[in-house]
Amino acid sequence: MNMKNEAGNADLPAPVRQDSELVQVLDAEGNVLPQASVPDLSDRQLLELYETIKLARHFDQRAISFQRQGRLATYAPMTGQEGSQVATSFALAEQDWLFPTYREHAAKYAHGMELASLFEPLRGYREGYAIPEGVNVMPEYIPIATQVPQAMGMAWGHKLQGKTDTAVLCHLGDGATSEGDFHEGLNFAGVFDVPAVFVCNNNQWAISVPRERQTASETIATKAQAYGIDSVRVDGLDPLAVYKVTSEALEKARNPAPGALRPTLIESVQYRFGAHTTADDPSVYRDESEEEAWRDRDPVDRIEKYLYNEGILNPDLESEIQDRIEQEVSEAIETAEQTETSPDNIVEHVYEDVPARLEEQRDELNRLREKYDDGAFSEVLE
Amino acid sequence: MSSTASTQTGQNAQRLTLVEAIQDGLYTEMSQDDSVVVLGEDVGKNGGVFRATDQLYEEFGEDRVIDTPLAEAGIIGASIGLAQTGMKPVPEMQFMGFMYPAFDQIVSHAARLRSRSQGQYSVPMVIRAPYGGGIRAPEHHSESKEAFFVHEPGLKVVSPSTPYDAKGLLAASIHDPDPVIFLEPKLIYRAFREDVPTKPYEVSLSEAAVPRDGSDISVYTWGAMTRPALIAAENLSQSHGIEAEVIDLRTLSPLDIETITDSFKKTGRAAIVHEAPKTGGLGAEIATTIQEEALVHQEAPIKRIAGFDAPMPLHSLEDYYLPQAVRIQDGIRETVDF
Ligand SMILES: Cc1ncc(C[n+]2csc(CCOP(=O)(O)OP(=O)(O)O)c2C)c(N)n1
Repeated sequence: MNMKNEAGNADLPAPVRQDSELVQVLDAEGNVLPQASVPDLSDRQLLELYETIKLARHFDQRAISFQRQGRLATYAPMTGQEGSQVATSFALAEQDWLFPTYREHAAKYAHGMELASLFEPLRGYREGYAIPEGVNVMPEYIPIATQVPQAMGMAWGHKLQGKTDTAVLCHLGDGATSEGDFHEGLNFAGVFDVPAVFVCNNNQWAISVPRERQTASETIATKAQAYGIDSVRVDGLDPLAVYKVTSEALEKARNPAPGALRPTLIESVQYRFGAHTTADDPSVYRDESEEEAWRDRDPVDRIEKYLYNEGILNPDLESEIQDRIEQEVSEAIETAEQTETSPDNIVEHVYEDVPARLEEQRDELNRLREKYDDGAFSEVLE
Repeated sequence: MSSTASTQTGQNAQRLTLVEAIQDGLYTEMSQDDSVVVLGEDVGKNGGVFRATDQLYEEFGEDRVIDTPLAEAGIIGASIGLAQTGMKPVPEMQFMGFMYPAFDQIVSHAARLRSRSQGQYSVPMVIRAPYGGGIRAPEHHSESKEAFFVHEPGLKVVSPSTPYDAKGLLAASIHDPDPVIFLEPKLIYRAFREDVPTKPYEVSLSEAAVPRDGSDISVYTWGAMTRPALIAAENLSQSHGIEAEVIDLRTLSPLDIETITDSFKKTGRAAIVHEAPKTGGLGAEIATTIQEEALVHQEAPIKRIAGFDAPMPLHSLEDYYLPQAVRIQDGIRETVDF
């Protein structure tokens, strides 16, 4: 829908594009849909996209099982959402920035984070939040929607400093669209026309509260209209479609055509197959049949079928990829399980230099550790 | 009677955990007063992420147990409005670490509407929030920032440490004409059971509890830290013959200054135990109050045994951050041996 001037008269604001149609490239069987165009990716790139999505699925399964074994604390699963996560990161250029939530494990990995570092915070080590030099990823955001105005601000900063080759991609959930921060961030993004792409991973649920309880809007994409920015709805279980719309949005953020707007809200329509986190039990609030309805559009199967259809993938290659994935995830777990820390870390990095008072607190703890040994501190508090 | 009623010990009481006592308290109050409504994120069908509102949705329906959009400022702002119509909202903040979006609504409005309107309007509501560490939770899920709210005039701040108190303090909070921040120590949500009367009762918001008498030192604490403080006191009694009096504040604002100072006048020594960061924590307020009211009785420096002036670490280090019994014992001995 377009509420503004179609002719693009220079005196009037640029037209706002609202695609309420769902963009799709593949059907459930991995066939290219009649009117769709496949994004321009080489066979090698397509295989890399596929391998990363499959790795994300494997990572997710391992993480859930490790959580059950007590080797990880609470974990937020992503089964069903990997295709969108990986495809959005694939669309990023190296210099682009990523603002992830606690669920974007695969998006972070695909934009340069080490797998092992994703396991570490789940094992209780903040060390894993450290971002390697040259990787443009912010540490995960756990409070809902707080990243939205920040991502906007970073994009704005780049624009103000003339760094127009850098875009910012910010993830959020459907629940996040209810928070004030979402509205403030998008409003600023429109007012200051910043190079930012906001990806709402509409997985239909915010813990137990369904999308319909978050908003009376017909779609989440519609919300962009209130802020004068573009929006697009994409089938979030179709990695090729997600890649396509994200690449276009990022390109527009960096190099808008005359009269076009930089920011875009992408509504990636997907489904959370598993629990909200390993501490959650979805059977309390939703019907299993709902899950069934989404199953046949699974992103892993869909891209796999597409690659088979195109002759890019074959059984040998598939099992070679699977072996590589399993190896990589096992090694990451091994690395993460060797992470060590010291209680001194409590006082580190709070300020650039540890203030005297905090140093005293650390010294006092170390005095007690020496006196009573560490076992005394691990007594269950309860 | 509550639908989570578990092990029955007869007609008049049930053995409940702290979180079950809260559920039972909500059930009791909602049964007696139609104006009481529960609202928040996941409180309805899901029964709350800690199950504190379990079964209430089935019992009272979606107009009294309301799943809201994910918006803390909206939940509290809406509750302030609901309260103006004579309803008694009991909003849940899913975790204390996620209350900040609502901070403006709480401190700028809930806390001040009475004084701003010169007593014309008031905000009787109870904001429930699980708080504190020790459950291996992710970042932001272990906050203990009661001092923010204690610092705001117009609010009452409550934190129970036992199932019995949880139900009674919740009832008193719901009956209270002013806004109450009801902080639930989630570490001990399910740690132990206690007899909780099925009938309605109140625990006063103006009285601290004294779960252990003693003559050598007063140990002031609240919430989840009450248990390690009691364990430390018991250990020291056996190993060193030191008799610590333990005061569970229960209501953090307004403080029961009389109980605090009476105990100090008896013992002459004080240790304050809280898991919140030391600087600017409630311990500082208690220590100063003691000095103002009872300096002449003082026999040793007042000791604070608290969390670090640092963000709560992820769980691999949280045992070092939280005051454990060993730290409390050491602090008590240092004070007594001064
Ligand atoms: C400000 C804030 N309030 C509450 C929470 C607790 N919480 C964690 S995840 C979640 C639901 C989020 O739903 P959504 O934004 O749709 O993202 P999803 O988890 O579905 O990916 C809630 C309520 C939080 N993390 N932050």
